[in-house]
Amino acid sequence: MTQSSLHETVRIGLLTGAVAAAGILFDNAYHIQVLVFIGINTILTLGLNLLMGYTGQISLGHAAFYGIGAYTSAILTVHFQFSPWAALFPSLGLAVLVALIVGIPTLKLSGYYLAMGTLGFGMIVFIVFRELDFWTGGSSGLAGIPSLKIGSVDLMSGRNFYYLVWGAVLGTLVVSRRLIESRVGRALRSIHGSEHAAMAIGVNTQAYKLQVFVFSAFLAALAGFLYAHCIGFISPGSFDFMASVRMVTMVVIGGMASIWGALLGASLLTLLPEWLHAFADYEMIVYGLILMLVMIFLPQGLLRGLLDIYERSRNA
Amino acid sequence: MLKITDLKCYYGRIQAVKGITLSVGPGEVVSLIGANGSGKSTVLQAVCGLLQRWEGTILFQGSSVKGLNPPEIVRRGISLVPEGRMIFAPLSVLDNLKLGAYSRSRKNPKSNFEEDLEKALTLFPVLRERINQPAGTLSGGEQQMLAVSRALMARPSMLLLDEPCMGLAPMMVNKILDTIALLKSRGMTILLVEQNARAALQIADRGYVLETGKMVYEGRAADLLADPAITNAYLGIAATPKMKPETAAASLGLTF
Repeated sequence: MTQSSLHETVRIGLLTGAVAAAGILFDNAYHIQVLVFIGINTILTLGLNLLMGYTGQISLGHAAFYGIGAYTSAILTVHFQFSPWAALFPSLGLAVLVALIVGIPTLKLSGYYLAMGTLGFGMIVFIVFRELDFWTGGSSGLAGIPSLKIGSVDLMSGRNFYYLVWGAVLGTLVVSRRLIESRVGRALRSIHGSEHAAMAIGVNTQAYKLQVFVFSAFLAALAGFLYAHCIGFISPGSFDFMASVRMVTMVVIGGMASIWGALLGASLLTLLPEWLHAFADYEMIVYGLILMLVMIFLPQGLLRGLLDIYERSRNA
Repeated sequence: MLKITDLKCYYGRIQAVKGITLSVGPGEVVSLIGANGSGKSTVLQAVCGLLQRWEGTILFQGSSVKGLNPPEIVRRGISLVPEGRMIFAPLSVLDNLKLGAYSRSRKNPKSNFEEDLEKALTLFPVLRERINQPAGTLSGGEQQMLAVSRALMARPSMLLLDEPCMGLAPMMVNKILDTIALLKSRGMTILLVEQNARAALQIADRGYVLETGKMVYEGRAADLLADPAITNAYLGIAATPKMKPETAAASLGLTF
């Protein structure tokens, strides 16, 4: 084991400890709920970060996969009386299938064109959620999504759901980490550098772009599944264009190409709206202002920026 | 080893290469020279599969490369050192070299990587000092050395070099040329594309001159260097050192 991967294991251990400690310390249901949302957003951000941060492919339609995960499971459980666990596999499977179908033509594009292509895809899926109202409930949403159970234990009671979500976060974190450190991870980063050069050294860029796109769609669908069964109610508004933009923002604010940045970005963007309720009418203005300040003063993202400040203060 | 016959390349409706024929024998260094936009790089791109639309035949070790994608061509033994170096700037020097070995590390992950790494670092000792540095922090010449090493990590039987001396300091140009000569002495087959025609011909066995997509001269490198028609048309700058050093310096904005 190299030193850096040893450090990484220590960090993941520390995070596991922090998750467990937070579960014990926070007993306010609202706080637990916020932590659950941070967890769900972290899974989304980790997936998108593999695609955007590491491979350099911009998707402005990732909320579609988040929505596909949520709606498939919701429809199967509400209308077809599936048990939620039985609905998990079809939800993930459908997202993977759609990602393959959309990815094959779309990933031939790059840069702005890929962004436009995925944007269009996101809008189409949003409209499907809204207009397919006999299944999705249209704009008024779909209620009565059953909660997750293991045996007779309801995961919605107490902190069970919190541990489930953060277990998934830790799993995703470890898998992402191993992927990035591997030969495949290097190949992905080479695509980010220059697709042409990556091809010239023998990296099958088309295949990798598709695989990482599908994997990030898979993670988004997993997050969507958890979201639907956590809230019990979903509506198209949670999966619109702004939701895709929010995901991209989490990746950029946290710091591209860093899994810890993803955690930080997801945490900040989940917490900010909660803290900013105090500003009432001015909430969105302050929110926007904070994001602008982060990008002006910490253009590499929060993680790199904070590390730089720390290193400078140590050297001073 | 490499045999190109009647190659025509297109960018959209524009025909960039208009039917050229060229061959490179085993262990030979062949230079392809010509002005900007004459189609030199396009030929290399076609050979290594980066260019989709071309007509004619390209045979490598007797079999056609038509329809193969770049990874397949790399696995057959052709490595390209792309124009402008194209190293992966945020990745470390070591990661760049690991990526160079990418095409052959699939089946057996270790596959003598350490041994090849050692060879590369012996060839360019400066890379050893910078092994964990992000490749983007290297100087231009060092980046070019890295690009060459990265291509060699794939264990190619033929190396394609696209303008390896572009934008380098004269000392670095010499270093790169020396390296090409060294690789040749070890039996590497090389197709070299250069605008620095004199330098390219000095280390080559044979040369081809390309002009707006057509082959206008070909022959032994020594003959091309001796041919006044070529020295006047393509080796212009070096053949007419009329400008005084002071004037040259002034034109570059330098003062003494």
